[in-house]
Formats: sequence, C-alpha cells, structure tokens
Amino acid sequence: MSAETIRENQAVADTEALLTVTGLQKHFPIRRGLLQRTVGAVKAVDGIDLSIKPGETLGLVGESGCGKSTAGRVLTKLQEPTGGQMVFEGRDITSLSQGAFRPLRSDIQMVFQDPQSSLNPRHTVGTIVGAPFRIQDLNPPQGVKRAVQDLLELVGLSPEHYNRYPHEFSGGQRQRIGIARALALKPKLIVADEPVSALDVSIQAQVVNLFEDLQAELGLAYVFIAHDLSVVRHISDRVAVMYLGKIVEIAPRDDLYGRPLHPYTNALMSAVPIPDPGRRNVESRMGRERIRLTGDVPSPIDPPSGCRFRTRCWKAQDICTTQEPPLLRIATAGPGHQVACHFPVER
Amino acid sequence: MTADRRGPTSANGSGERPFLDVSDLRVQFPTDDGVVKSVDGISFALERGKTLGIVGESGSGKSVTSLSLLGLHRRADRKGRGGARISGEIWLDGQDLVTASPEEVRRLRGEKMAMIFQDPLSAMHPFYTVGAQIIEAYRVHNKVSKSVARKRAIELLELVGIPQPNTRVDDFPHQFSGGMRQRAMIAMALVCNPRLLIADEPTTALDVTVQAQILDLMRDLQREFDSALILITHDLGVVAELADDIMVMYGGKAVEYGTAETVFRQPEHPYTWGLLGSMPRIDREVQERLSPIRGNPPSLINVPSGCAFHPRCPYTAETGGRSDTEIPLLAATSPGHLVRCHLGPARRQEIFAEQIRETL
Repeated sequence: MSAETIRENQAVADTEALLTVTGLQKHFPIRRGLLQRTVGAVKAVDGIDLSIKPGETLGLVGESGCGKSTAGRVLTKLQEPTGGQMVFEGRDITSLSQGAFRPLRSDIQMVFQDPQSSLNPRHTVGTIVGAPFRIQDLNPPQGVKRAVQDLLELVGLSPEHYNRYPHEFSGGQRQRIGIARALALKPKLIVADEPVSALDVSIQAQVVNLFEDLQAELGLAYVFIAHDLSVVRHISDRVAVMYLGKIVEIAPRDDLYGRPLHPYTNALMSAVPIPDPGRRNVESRMGRERIRLTGDVPSPIDPPSGCRFRTRCWKAQDICTTQEPPLLRIATAGPGHQVACHFPVER
Repeated sequence: MTADRRGPTSANGSGERPFLDVSDLRVQFPTDDGVVKSVDGISFALERGKTLGIVGESGSGKSVTSLSLLGLHRRADRKGRGGARISGEIWLDGQDLVTASPEEVRRLRGEKMAMIFQDPLSAMHPFYTVGAQIIEAYRVHNKVSKSVARKRAIELLELVGIPQPNTRVDDFPHQFSGGMRQRAMIAMALVCNPRLLIADEPTTALDVTVQAQILDLMRDLQREFDSALILITHDLGVVAELADDIMVMYGGKAVEYGTAETVFRQPEHPYTWGLLGSMPRIDREVQERLSPIRGNPPSLINVPSGCAFHPRCPYTAETGGRSDTEIPLLAATSPGHLVRCHLGPARRQEIFAEQIRETL
C-alpha cells in the first residue's frame, strides 16, 4: 500500500468514520491428509480497506466468488478475520472475543439474502424479532411485546402478525421480518447481503424503498451487498467493486457509474442488460463500447500474480503480471475515487 | 382475434397456420386445497426466427406454459385426478400437441422442440459426463453410431464456445463452471437442430458478465438455425435484449401482448407500468424513489375475482365497480397490441402520458 492510499484512508477516518477496516483478510484453510495439514487457503477476502460513515450507504458489488458475502460476514464479525484491523467508533474490535463483542452487536446488524432460511420456521414472528432483546438481556420500557409490535409496524407489517409463523408470509414480508429483527436494537450499521435478490421485481422495489425510508428516519448506515448493479446504483452513496477478494475500484456513486476507471468495472457496466429494445442494435450503449469478457473468474486458492484481473483484461501488459497495482486515487479522478489498475480506462 | 393469430411481429399474411400456434391453453392442477389454475386461457403465435418473451412474477404461470408446450406435465386421468388438466390447442408445425399421444410428443421433444432450463446443475445428471448426456440425446432421435454422435457432441460444444471441446466432452458437469454448464445445456438442447427452443430463465443463475455472453450466444444461434425462441424470464432487461414480441402474464392470464417496442414504449396495462416502475434503470438519471406495485402477487388457488390485478391496481375507482366483478377481455387497442384492462384505451394512453411516462 502506498503512502498516498494511507493518507486518503486516514482522511476518511478523520471525518468520524463509523467503521474502518484496513487490510482486512479472511483466508479459509484447506486441510488434506491424515494429519489435516494446511496445504493452502481460499483467499476469500484478501486485504480490503474500507470506511463507512454514519448514515451513508456503501454498495459492494462483484460477481459470485469475489468475496463480497464473506466481506459482509467479517464486517459483522459473524466470522473472525484472519488479518487486518477493524475499528468501530474509534475502538479496535479486531481481536475482541465473541463475548466481549456482544454489547457491540446491537450496533452492527445483518440482513440476509434468503428470508426462508434465515428465519426459524418453528418460532413465531414475535419470538424471532424479540430474540435480540432476550440475548442482550434488555427490557425496553414499553415491554418486549409492544417493542416488537412497534418494529413490525415500522417495517410495514401489522402488529397482529406477532403470533404467526414465517411460512404464513410471502417472500417480501419475510424479508421485512428479517429487517425488523435487525432493527430491534437500534443499530448504527446494517450489513445487508443480497437483501432483495430473492424477491419478485415488484416486491424488490417495496423493500428497496423501505431501506431508504428507514435510513432517513433512523440515520442508519448500510453496507449493501448485491450483484445487481442497477439496484446498487439506486441505493448507494458510494460503491466498491470487488474482484477475487480485492477492491479494484471505489468511488462516489455518480463517479463510478459515470466514469468507471477499472477495466473490470467497465466490463461489468457494459454487460448490464438495458430494458429498452430500441438500444439493442445500437453498438455503443451509454456512450461506450460493449465489452465482452471471456473466460471465467480464476480460483481464489491460487489467484494470478500481480493484478488479479490481468488474465481476462484486454489492456494487460508485462507489468500487470509482476506488480500488483495498489488502490490509488489517480490524478484525473474526482475526490474519493480510487482504482487499482496500472492502465485505468481514460476517456 | 383472428387478425392477431399471427403474433404481433409475424408478417405472414397468408392463411397458413403460424409455426407455433397456441390457442386458449389452460393448465389446471387439482389439489386438496382446490384447483390451481396455473394457465388460464392464453393464446399466442410465433414464427421461425422470431423470439417471444414471456414476462411475469413468480406464480404468474409462465413456466407452466412452457412445460405444457413440451408435454412435460403428467396428465390427469379421465376423472381429472392425479396430474395436470390441459385443454386448448398447441399447434407446432401443423401438428396438435395437446391431443398427440405421449409417445408422439416424446418423439417431437428434442427433435423439433427443446428446452434450456434455469439451473444446469439440477438439469444435468451428475453421474454421467457432459458428452454422454449430449450423445444420448442425439442417439435417441438419430440412428447413428456412438462415434458419430460423439463427433456431433464435440462439434456442438465447440459451437457454444467451450474451450478444448475434444477433452472437455469427457468432463462431468461439476467440472464445468456455471457459465460453461449453461453453454453445455444449450449444446444439449441444440443437438438435434430443434426449430422451437424454449428458454426458462436461462441466465437468472448467472453473473452479469456471463449472462451477456449467453445472451449473445443465444442470439447468434437463433440466427444460424432460424429457430423460434420462447424466452421466459422476470428480468425486463433480458427480454429487451432478445425479444421481438412480449407477453406479460399475471395470475395465469396474459394482460398485455405486443411487440417489444410497444410494450416498452407505450405500455397500457397498469401492471406493466408497475413492473417498469419497480425497476431501477442504469441508463437513466437516478430516481428519487422507485414506484413499486403495492401488495403481493396472488395465489393461483385463490385468484382475485374480476380482474386478477384489481387488489393492487391504483385505478380501480375508474372502472365503475367492474374491476372485481367482471374479467376484462384481452382486446386490441391497436393492430398487434392486446391489453386486458377495464379502462378504455383512450383513458389508458392519457394516464400513461400524464402520470406514468415521466416516472419510468
């Protein structure tokens, strides 16, 4: 990491970041043989730097296997990082044990992708949404039942749903239950991992609007992990693009979508199908050529040397094999726009 | 309706039957809780070389439609029990599939029509090599030796862009990546040169860059084989990439049917407006808010009375109380554009121009 990157990160950290992570790593060991010796590691998250300010939405995008979900789980400390540092409100939480971290759990909550498997089918909605109070041993002034009913109302469900079971609800309503549970302890940060991708189009929009309303009302910060670039653009203030465990580009939303610098970001943007049949036969879309990536994402067990994207990149040269490009702000980019590339796309 | 039997974009003016001609197709499943009317009287036509996009949410009946075209439903017995009750007509290249015997349909399946499924991991057998599965499909319909069929399999794997098809033909499905499995499944579907290809959510399980590759591939192959393609999806972006005609389904019925151009540019059904408004657009300025459709898609056991969309429709007050008592007809508002709505065409166009267009 260069001096410049560090300076930029600190500049962000200085403005009262809620959560700052530096060099965050999560490697899953691969064990083989009788002695279960470690023979390698899946480098799911391999050194990412991020900071999230109070009340902002950071979008995290990338294709399957890029490590975005693992990053989300490490950010909420559902999984322990294997390297790097995490600072929450000025306090180093990297090596806190689960017990020592528990009081902070109320500040960092998670919403999962699949509302079917993240809600216990044998518990009523009341039990599910009330669970955080019991675990934290909290007694809200109006009583747990009333508090849960208030939460249900907040997410657009009816308080009478208190005694029902998850299977009695539709997908969109179940996602609302998951959101109510995450909101129970008045968190400051919610990490949402693909919260709308399992939902029908018309329901997706309802849940996206709910996320926005709750943010306006409660001042929440979100890390919004998704593969749908249109939804991420709609909801995010800043967006980070991941590829093979690394952040390759991070920028304010309009900069990233208006002027993507990394070849991979450009390829992703140009691959999004545009719901306009008139554009179909037009060669240039959104003012740029349509880029077709060939091949597949390499294995995170043995990522390519140097720049990880070089095996699929049309701009790759020798330096890309030997030197890993640091995540930097380049001269022509706007503030807060960083890219990890030797040959960023100029236009 | 006769004027529209050709399908919106099919210019076949002669009296001949279109290549694929479906009329008043109904598929019902008797269950303990009541009869599920998955498909409730839909009609469409499709010529070779053209693509029909069927759009709808979960439970709109779009997948059941495709499975019934291929004869993949177990049919109910004479008393109407234990399977699907199918009525209506499906004419493929001059042959009615609804009345054909299961053996006859089996012969046609693979040879004249084939299907690309959403999830190649569950649609391919994990125990057999990719090559063996393609070879089997070929030899069922063609009396050729194994080595000839193997050559054909390699040829097709190459056609769909699998690298080193000579060696990859002996790989098992799990040794392929998601995008390659989808390509292999397309190869399997194409092995007998079917003239009707049905793709049910072919790219939903794929990443966006791989999705773009597969859509390109399907477009190229359709051009090469001049096949008719039915593309079933919930993703309006994918439909806009490929389809000539679009049918929007809701609660087992078609609610809007027209050319892709019309359905995206001058949609007239409130549900179509809702779908378009629910979707953030990457090619437009960022909207302040999305405009979702209120409520949830209906259960097909208990489809709302009258217009199935009425509990979610913002314009029911304008229908003079007919919305929950009378089922609107699928009527032409202009040649080749059919809409099922109680509001009059003039009023719909007015609402669209005044309130809807700017929010999309």
